[in-house]
Amino acid sequence: MTTRPTFKLHEEDGRTVLTVAGDWTVTTIQVVDEELRALELPAGAVVLDVSELGRIDTSGALVIDRTLGRGDRPEILGSHHSANDIIAQVHQATQPLEDEPAHPGSVFSLFERTGRGSVKVWQETVATLSFLGEALYRTGALVMRPARLRWTPTVAVMEEAGLDALPIVAFLSFFVGMVVAFIGATTLADFGATIFVVELVGISMMREFGVILTAIILAGRTNSSFTAQIGAMRMRQEIDAMTTLGLSPMEVLVVPRILAMVLMTPVLSMVATLAGIAGGVVVGWLALDINPTVFAARLQDYVPVSNFWVGLSKAPVFGLVVALIGCRQGLLVGGSVQSLGHHTTTSVVQAIFSIIVIDALFAIFYMELGI
Amino acid sequence: MSAREIAIRVRGLKTAFGRHVVHENLDLDLRRGEIMGVIGGSGSGKSVLLRAIVGLKRPAAGSIEVFGEDILRLSGSARERLERRWGLMFQDGALFSNLTVRENVIVPLAEHTNLSARLRREIADMKIQLAGLGPEAGLKYPSDLSGGMRKRAALARAIALDPDLVFLDEPTAGLDPITAAGFDALIRDLQQSLGLTVFLVTHDLDTLAATCDRIAVLADGHVIAVGTIAELRAIDHPWIDSYFNGPRGRAATAA
Repeated sequence: MTTRPTFKLHEEDGRTVLTVAGDWTVTTIQVVDEELRALELPAGAVVLDVSELGRIDTSGALVIDRTLGRGDRPEILGSHHSANDIIAQVHQATQPLEDEPAHPGSVFSLFERTGRGSVKVWQETVATLSFLGEALYRTGALVMRPARLRWTPTVAVMEEAGLDALPIVAFLSFFVGMVVAFIGATTLADFGATIFVVELVGISMMREFGVILTAIILAGRTNSSFTAQIGAMRMRQEIDAMTTLGLSPMEVLVVPRILAMVLMTPVLSMVATLAGIAGGVVVGWLALDINPTVFAARLQDYVPVSNFWVGLSKAPVFGLVVALIGCRQGLLVGGSVQSLGHHTTTSVVQAIFSIIVIDALFAIFYMELGI
Repeated sequence: MSAREIAIRVRGLKTAFGRHVVHENLDLDLRRGEIMGVIGGSGSGKSVLLRAIVGLKRPAAGSIEVFGEDILRLSGSARERLERRWGLMFQDGALFSNLTVRENVIVPLAEHTNLSARLRREIADMKIQLAGLGPEAGLKYPSDLSGGMRKRAALARAIALDPDLVFLDEPTAGLDPITAAGFDALIRDLQQSLGLTVFLVTHDLDTLAATCDRIAVLADGHVIAVGTIAELRAIDHPWIDSYFNGPRGRAATAA
């Protein structure tokens, strides 16, 4: 069992002797640490007596060595099977280290962070746009020469990010369609205009919700996986290996992902729109007494098909945004796990932010066109 | 040999990944206070043996005793007490990359002791220097360190709690000969002054010659021989023979 570490100071033959007893190990020394810190040793050399010492490890030796102070190796009285070696070992391993630099005051750091943040937003925007330019150029060049295009990874991404996302996209859109129909119905019922639920669900799903829901699900699901995949490859130096083998990461990794997403997002959006309208149909049928046949007929007569094309026209752009931001953030990952996590988060945040801003721009654009 | 002198006793160990059997009927004894080198060809299961002993890989059969306690049956607090008595250094360091070197060394101290934050920092700084790094290395992140420095930092974390038993997985792999020789000397030095028992997995013949008291040879799923380099050279086995009497083996043990 362990015994409590103790120490005492006394004079002997005109010398000061520090006698230590008990076990001085990492699990026991806390009890004497503060006392020893406060201990004031008389001037002149102090001798250490270890004859009553129990077990000692390097942490115990550190506390003793610190007490005796820097300078020459302390003189040791008494014999102990390991104390001499351990204290000697520790003595030469205790160079002091200055602490981390203190952080500046809170008000200044707030200003500093605001400034840095603003500059960073600008830099990120420019860098993302230049990446967009490069990626579009390379994609265009490859599409001109389809033989060089990497079809296998492209199709693999189409399956993984497109087909595999179908169930969740359809499922969520279906429920959003139901919610829109319910909320619309309760409001419209006050005017006796429940039948307008058809237009409400039709227009909102075709024009906005179908494509926006798809884009946001892809931003969460696919964009993050692009960043994580490419980021892990960066961490393991696979990207560097690729470059030295004469493969361009842009051609091998980015272009297939961009192509796959540009092709698959419209498909997913269409499914989402259909599922959302189906949700509206179900609510109309079960809760509002609107027969599905009536629903379909009214949809054909009163909801212009241009709404559908407006919605669908946005889908490839969102697909491009998701692939682009996912790949770019992945390529920015550095050596540490923290950087991978940081860039994955940034990637998803940037993608969702861009999708909503671009959607607003589209809305203004189509409004000006009068569509 | 009495049970007190044995640090690790492995009996009849069998480990397997699915249908692929790595070890079959493996026996090994590690005495207290010795440095035992474990060698074997690539894929002979050296690292798997290490992982089995520290409980990261559950064996299919057999028993493993560390300091007389059966680690396969140990649970809760007894297991935690045992974990405090060993330190592990992984092949590529496995330092936590979001913490500085000093914080890495503090992790086991904070987890297993009641020391004040100040004393923990002092101890961590001392361990970092014991492992042969300058004090300023403590404030760096693992990604800012070279391979050799990362290994030293990993060693500092492994000895943070002054363990009785240290597992080192390929401590000198990928280091230049000078740094590797420094590391060999460091291991030997720490082992002597702190009285460590060391379980050393390595490919490095120079490390074996410079540090190990005994060497266990792993082949065909079990330990085929244990002994000093001189004893092993006398054994007539094709793998051992080509290992020690090949061009590299001769060069390393000639010194």
